[in-house]
Amino acid sequence: MTDTLVAFDDVLASYDPALGLEVHVELNTNTKMFCGCPAVFGGEPNTQVCPTCLGLPGAMPVVNAKAIESAIRIGLALNCEIAEWCRFARKNYFYPDMPKNFQTSQYDEPIAFDGWMDVEVDGETFRVEIERAHMEEDTGKSLHVGGSTGRIHGADHSLVDYNRAGIPLIEIVTKPIQGAGEKAPAVARAYVSQLRDLIVALGVSEARMDQGNLRADVNLSLAPKGSGVLGTRTETKNVNSFRSVERAVRYEMQRHAGILDEGGSILQETRHWHEDTGITTSGREKSDAEDYRYFPEPDLVPVAPSREWVEQLRGTLPENPTQKRARLQADWGYTDLEMRDVIASGSIGLIEETVAAGATPQAARKWWLSELGRRANDAGVDITDLGVTPAQVAAVQALVDGGTLNDKLARQVFDGLLAGEGTPEEIVAARGLAIVSDDGALSAAVDNAIAANPDVADKIRDGKVAAAGALIGEVMKEMRGQADAGRVRELILEKLT
Amino acid sequence: MPEILGSSSPRGTNGRIEITRDEVAHLASLARIDLDDAELDHLAPQLSVILESVASLSEVAAGDIPPTSHALPLTNVFREDVVVPGLTPEQALSGAPEVEEQRFSVPRILGEEA
Repeated sequence: MTDTLVAFDDVLASYDPALGLEVHVELNTNTKMFCGCPAVFGGEPNTQVCPTCLGLPGAMPVVNAKAIESAIRIGLALNCEIAEWCRFARKNYFYPDMPKNFQTSQYDEPIAFDGWMDVEVDGETFRVEIERAHMEEDTGKSLHVGGSTGRIHGADHSLVDYNRAGIPLIEIVTKPIQGAGEKAPAVARAYVSQLRDLIVALGVSEARMDQGNLRADVNLSLAPKGSGVLGTRTETKNVNSFRSVERAVRYEMQRHAGILDEGGSILQETRHWHEDTGITTSGREKSDAEDYRYFPEPDLVPVAPSREWVEQLRGTLPENPTQKRARLQADWGYTDLEMRDVIASGSIGLIEETVAAGATPQAARKWWLSELGRRANDAGVDITDLGVTPAQVAAVQALVDGGTLNDKLARQVFDGLLAGEGTPEEIVAARGLAIVSDDGALSAAVDNAIAANPDVADKIRDGKVAAAGALIGEVMKEMRGQADAGRVRELILEKLT
Repeated sequence: MPEILGSSSPRGTNGRIEITRDEVAHLASLARIDLDDAELDHLAPQLSVILESVASLSEVAAGDIPPTSHALPLTNVFREDVVVPGLTPEQALSGAPEVEEQRFSVPRILGEEA
């Protein structure tokens, strides 16, 4: 069945969207939440497991102190209250990704609650209220065998790797975000992107969406325009890029409106996001909370962070994001419009690191926003997931500043970086990209250009120096863009005047 | 906020706690236990009796006694974030009914990805 989509502007004419975002952050602790197994990404299957994370009988969990510390710091950075006393709870469900048949999570006693984060979109600030941030553990990874796509449909059986089971997660849940109107998709994207910047600044997670360190679930509902009520929501799971967060919100707004316009009602359900086609499809009907039969985890004692500890952790927080954006704009000398574009592109952290690696703010902005932003867009990935690092961008710019490369050649170095051909210096050497300023080679090329364009040469001899541009172009063409244009001009004038 | 241990079962008119046949069927499906009609008819009244027995504890506890979730009067039992050797894959998989590609092989489960 194909869903009927209403044009975006028509959605806004009749409905007010309400958003809710649930973001899972995988912490970068050395070990798992409740056992001493390594919490690292991508080992051989079932090599980072023990009786506790495999849920073997008799195994007892013990809480990782560092994970609690990270949870409190995230809570504080989101302006939350930190619970004086809270417990873990068992969320019971039967699925092979959790060998215990329950996930150890928190239910009605989250470690952090009632916070907010200010999100900037097109120069406008939206305050996103944070309902809670709670601790839980990640699940194992299932590989569905027998189907063609790796998804469940058509699968014959499943293979499970528990390396990821038990890695600490913080789930950050917003209150419903209302009043964003046409900006709802952009606000959703900006929230996730700016939340990522905050997580990175806290140093508590690798926070890479493409690696699954940061995973977003998007809740969306529509209500009749001006009614102020909340409609029935759908929850789109595992939207794994900033770009997709924006697209998923937009898609669900258009889909909901299609159903509501025809007098239908929205089924409260989980939706699956399809990155390739940009649509959502029905998952399962959402279980009621009571179906999970939450109850306090009897194998763990309560967590009661002392106020002294909380205040000590407050002292370790990075600069708050709003102040930081203002300071960076001043430090970098960007105009409001330039800064707005930088924020919208999600590259503020990348530029910060590039500047720290030695590039000027203007050069850093130029590469990330124009060249690399375009490439990320073409590839349909977030700029943070493109595969070029700030250190590499700074190194390329250093080669430009040192006269080895011009901007055009630098673009070819980025081609090489994306193709995994090594460091910028290695790519320059291997591809033979360096600018030629050796007079011997240039002089021969200039002679050729003069011989091939006698009329232009005559004009220059007659004193029309501006005509040299045409010859410079010829020489650049012959030298595949690698000639030092300034030196070429000097040589032409030396020879003809 | 919802109560973590709240029972949704209504008290019957005679003050008894009743768990309905439908509730038992729902719980059985959540617990992946296949019960036929005769078993449901048999178990529902038994579960009501068990619930009632457990509920009698609440008559003993006065209002000023908070619900207990743990027998130990402890908080903040933590461990340092230090790696401890676990199991080898061979050990980990030794109890698995089926193994494939160094992973636990399980029957497919449809439509319930968490």
